[in-house]
Parts: sequence; C-alpha cells; structure tokens
Amino acid sequence: MRVGVLYSRIRKDEKLLLNELRERDHEVEKIDVRKERFGLESTTAAVDDLDIVVDRCLSTSRSLYATRFIDSYGVPVVNSPETGDVCADKAKNSLALAEADVPTPATEVAFTTEAALEAIEEFGYPCVLKPVTGSWGRLMAKIDSRNAAEAILEHKETLGHYEHKVFYVQEFVDKPGRDIRVLAVDGEPIAAMTRSSDHWLTNAAKGGETASFDLDERAIELVEKASDAVGGGMLGVDLMEVGGEDSGEYTVHEVNHTVEFKALDSATEVDVPAKVVDWLEAKAAALADGAVSEVDA
Amino acid sequence: MPIRGRVTGTMTSDTDTLTAEDPITGEEIEIPADVEVGEIIDSPVTGTELEVISLDPVVLEEAPELEEDWGE
Repeated sequence: MRVGVLYSRIRKDEKLLLNELRERDHEVEKIDVRKERFGLESTTAAVDDLDIVVDRCLSTSRSLYATRFIDSYGVPVVNSPETGDVCADKAKNSLALAEADVPTPATEVAFTTEAALEAIEEFGYPCVLKPVTGSWGRLMAKIDSRNAAEAILEHKETLGHYEHKVFYVQEFVDKPGRDIRVLAVDGEPIAAMTRSSDHWLTNAAKGGETASFDLDERAIELVEKASDAVGGGMLGVDLMEVGGEDSGEYTVHEVNHTVEFKALDSATEVDVPAKVVDWLEAKAAALADGAVSEVDA
Repeated sequence: MPIRGRVTGTMTSDTDTLTAEDPITGEEIEIPADVEVGEIIDSPVTGTELEVISLDPVVLEEAPELEEDWGE
C-alpha cells in the first residue's frame, strides 16, 4: 500500500504510526503541509499514486483545507473533510450527536454577551463555556457565579477572535472524576481508557491520569452511533458517565477527528498503531476493490 | 526567524544516538539515531521543543510555538 501522511509535526503518535507502516513494508509519503501548495486541479504534494492519505495535521485549519483539496483530486483521504468539518466545531459536533439521538450534554449557542448570559442563568451554576474550536481543554471555563460569567463574557468579547463571540454554553455534567476516551475506526472501538483528575478538566493533555477501560454494550452502541453521526473514520469519542462510576449510562460530549493515541497505547494492552494500520489496509483494499469493480462494470 | 543549529551528525554504534548542535544554547546534544525530518524532540539541555529540519547534515530548529487551532 502507498500511504500519504499529512503532517506538520511528527509527534510520538505519528512516529508510532510511521514505524508500524514501515515495518509492514508499506510505501510512506510524508507530506509536510507547510511546504506544499494546493491548487484547484493539482498540488505540489506527491499524492497522485497514493492508495490512501492519512490526515495527521496538528493544526485544525490545515487539516480541514488540506483534506478538502486532496479529496477534490480524487485521492482517498481519512478522515474525510466532511467528518473533519463536523468534528472541528463543537456546535456542529453537538448538533450531529443530537440529530442522531446520541445522548449529549444540553447546549446552547448565543452570539451576544447578553444572550449568552441569559443562557448561562437558565442553565444555572455551575455551567460551562467553551470555544467552538480548540482542543486540549484550552480556554474552557466552568462558571460558578454570575459575577464570573459577566467577567468571562466581557473578556471574550473584548479580547477574542470572532469565533470567541460564538458563545457555546453547556450544562455542567457532574462526572465521577473521570471521563472515557474511546479510539474507534468506523464505529468499531480499538481501545478505551479513563482519564481521571481532581480538576474538572480530565484531558490527558491537562495531566489527567489514564487507565484502561472495558466498554460495556451501551458504550459500544453509543460509540458506533456517534461515529456514524459525524461520518465515520478514525475518531476519538469522549464519553462521561452519568449517575456515577460504572452506572452504565453515558453522555457523549465530543468526537475528535485528528485523534491522538499515544496515551491509549501506553494505558492499554492494545497495540494501537497496529490496529490503526490494520484498518488503513482494509480501507485501502476496499477502495481498490471498488475501483476494480467500477472498471469491470 | 527561528533559531537553527547545524552540525554534521555522527552516530555512535554503542548508544544509537546522533550528536547535533542545540540551536538555543549552541551545546552539542545527543538525540536518538532514529529521528526523522519533522520530528519533535525535547532538548536535553533546556527542555525546549526542537524540530528536526534535516538529517544530512543534522539540523535542529526551535519548534513552532503552540497555536490556537492545534489539537485533536
């Protein structure tokens, strides 16, 4: 298989993936998107003969545009630009989950500080204010009082990029000190872990402690539905337990499209990069079969 | 302009490391021999993130700073 890897930064995640691909003797074309140009009909990137391209861009904006252009050239790319578009925006993400009847925290979007304050007061305290784009728990605010709400909204309005004036207000879910990260490929879980912290943010990037987690049937069902809701692909599905630890009831708060997996690889017994490459091989083989079928027809 | 450090990399067979110049301090540092272009490593001297710009010769550069849209 000839695999293109879109990147701008080789982290441990990309290194694990590249090593696994090379160990299986796949041809790897590393594509540093910082050095390439993307035209309406072609690109300087060497994508023509690739069986599949994997997006590993750390920058969301680069990820969205690069995958959109590569898709336009007829080169298969995972994740698809459509999936990226939904996952990169928390408001679109929440809408997609709700439309698919996946339980997700109650959320409202408002465009002025006055309307946002109304939403916050209706949710009651504490509630959560998040940027619609962003990651690793950055700029997330747990709002405990009206005074705090007014101050945060004023700061966002005064200092923020226009996207920070899209106020994404969400109910605070009283999770049991942990949330659950599931890595799934087209809805099938590869590995799962909990991320625990005394802080309300439990992201691994924020220092949350990780531990392997066994998914029950309900969680597996929700992961599949959440994946379908955003268009499938290799995804990080984040769930919180509702009603206490091991309650068996969940809410899905987010689906991530350029998922990091080094923490999962360390926290679980699963060889995560091997599973990812298994999926890429199957995906490329299915695409090749489809192409042959089209020629035969 | 990012700070660059350049030195001809040398691999020592007993340690599987390369030596390169730390672009921040100018000191000679050891980096894993299996690094590749684009890879981010931490400077063993300052802890600063460094990007591998080329391998022949080994050129390291201070890695770009975190931007708002980085992440998952």
